[in-house]
Amino acid sequence: MRILALVKRIFHQMLRDKRALALMMVAPLLVLTLLNYLLSGNTVDPRLGVIKADDNLVERLKDNDITVLQVEENTKDLLLDKDLDGVLQFDGENISLTLTNDQPNAAKALQVKVQQAIAAEKAKEQAATLSAFMESIQSKLPGIPVKMEQVKAPEINTSYLYGNKDTIFFDQLSPILVGFFVFFFVFLISGIALLRERTTGTLERLLATPILRRDIVFGYLMGYGLFAVVQTIIVVTYAVKVLDITLVGSFWNVVIINLTLALVALSLGILLSAFANSEFQMMQFIPIAIIPQVFFAGIFPFESMAGWMQILAKCMPMYYGGNALVEVMYKGSGLSEITNDLLVLLGFALVFIVLNVVALKKYRKI
Amino acid sequence: MLSTIVINEVSKSFGKKLVLNQINLTVESGQIYGLIGPSGSGKTTLVKIIVGMDSPNQGNVQVLNTVVPNLKLLQKIGYMAQADALYSDLTGEENLSFFASLFKLKKDVQKERIAYAADLVNLTADLKKKVQNYSGGMKRRLSLAVALIQDPDVLILDEPTVGIDPELRQSIWAELFRLKKTGKTILVTTHVMDEAEKCDRLSMVRDGEIITSGSPAELKNQYGITSLEEVFLKAGGKQQ
Ligand SMILES: Nc1ncnc2c1ncn2[C@@H]1O[C@H](COP(=O)(O)OP(=O)(O)OP(=O)(O)O)[C@@H](O)[C@H]1O
Ligand SMILES: [Mg+2]
Repeated sequence: MRILALVKRIFHQMLRDKRALALMMVAPLLVLTLLNYLLSGNTVDPRLGVIKADDNLVERLKDNDITVLQVEENTKDLLLDKDLDGVLQFDGENISLTLTNDQPNAAKALQVKVQQAIAAEKAKEQAATLSAFMESIQSKLPGIPVKMEQVKAPEINTSYLYGNKDTIFFDQLSPILVGFFVFFFVFLISGIALLRERTTGTLERLLATPILRRDIVFGYLMGYGLFAVVQTIIVVTYAVKVLDITLVGSFWNVVIINLTLALVALSLGILLSAFANSEFQMMQFIPIAIIPQVFFAGIFPFESMAGWMQILAKCMPMYYGGNALVEVMYKGSGLSEITNDLLVLLGFALVFIVLNVVALKKYRKI
Repeated sequence: MLSTIVINEVSKSFGKKLVLNQINLTVESGQIYGLIGPSGSGKTTLVKIIVGMDSPNQGNVQVLNTVVPNLKLLQKIGYMAQADALYSDLTGEENLSFFASLFKLKKDVQKERIAYAADLVNLTADLKKKVQNYSGGMKRRLSLAVALIQDPDVLILDEPTVGIDPELRQSIWAELFRLKKTGKTILVTTHVMDEAEKCDRLSMVRDGEIITSGSPAELKNQYGITSLEEVFLKAGGKQQ
């Protein structure tokens, strides 16, 4: 009953605060859209200058989506002039590759492609030499027919456990982002709302009525939780239907994960508001308590983290949230595979909620 | 007659600073009790301890024979803080009905009480306005209306009439007298001497101690002067 009064009040306030509402509902869509276009933009074919290269090799390079230009010399000016990403120079048996390396990622990719192309050419040459050699032996030894298998460069058939050959980084990143935005905006809005109650004295006034401390916490969780439900549904629907982000698993499982995340964010936000004296101080928690979470949410592989970083990751709610979201959205896992993650998240929320109820003792002992 | 508020040897310090020093005070039921004293003397601190929003380092407070803090007791106390604590993004009416629901008033009672409290503080015409568009005095009046919303037995008002014009102040005091007649107990802090004059009993607080108590007439007699203002200056001001 008292909780409902609180929920109703939060509704009034939120619906009247158009900016906060827009921040919660529209801002995540905007950022997701931008990232989608940034990360799924077509990559430009690398430009490679070649000196004295074999024609077959040039053909193979072109087949590998490399723009090949015949050049005369290998100098810095030429690289810059012709806007090349690298120059491949043949000098007898010596091969040298000069890379501009202004974008290390692209340079690495180009290097790998060139190496593959050269290796493939070499293999083809050797295969030709070998069969010629065999033929000549066979012709010298008549009467003994030896069936020779044609030596071919092996072809690899690639199949994918998750996603397909068109999967891009954004497909793996987007589940994490969807969860992170819900986490971030819910944290900010609920935290600042309770902070405002602290600084304007209404929280103290509230506690001069017979309301239970835990009712205040639950009222906040329910009031802002309902907005988090709407936000989650909007964000996930937009991501899947408009941005066409991969969603293999169930839509509702994604909603469940995000709601659990929102619950953690809510309880964390209102808890941290106890340690801030102004809205600006609340913002200061973002680089400390929020941004690091996204690093541990699965963008960087957990296995390659140092031991102490892995321990740190396991203290971050977003680690479990990100993991569960990737499981459902990208890998198509069901509820049973993410139960553990959800339980840990609920554990976080429970701890924060209890701490909140205790922290309100600052205003009223009972 | 039963004592409504009994303050027993209450001391309070913030850090090293002793703000209240062994306060003893009793408010009888049906009284209007005034706390006067210079700024920073500890009136607000004492009032907060009575409501249960702060706890004393020593001593205890009983209101209506219940030791503070107590949740059931809060239902019977109407509290008006010195600083207005209102939701500025809500209208006056929404503020009132929010607090009314916290006191679990039924829908029809709620309506009645909101109409009564708003009328008392002359805000009926402004109920639909957002509080952020209220003037200082209007906010003060709304705070008073919030304190009265659940028809409490005990009213604790921390400088209720600051920023309220003389005419409205008079009508508010007329209402306080009417409430007193219906058996309510009222504790007010004030800096205004003609308001102090209207109290049944007064206590003068200075530096966290009650230096003198009595009816306004007694205080004047005690100091041999005719106006409370002089009592305030003589007893409350810095002693030579
Ligand atoms: N939360 C607090 N922390 C530290 N000191 C405090 C706190 N609250 C009050 N004080 C100090 O206690 C003393 C008494 O303050 P209080 O608000 O009770 O005075 P007051 O009598 O109500 O004054 P006024 O008439 O100006 O309202 C002041 O010196 C004040 O600085
Ligand atoms: Mg005061």
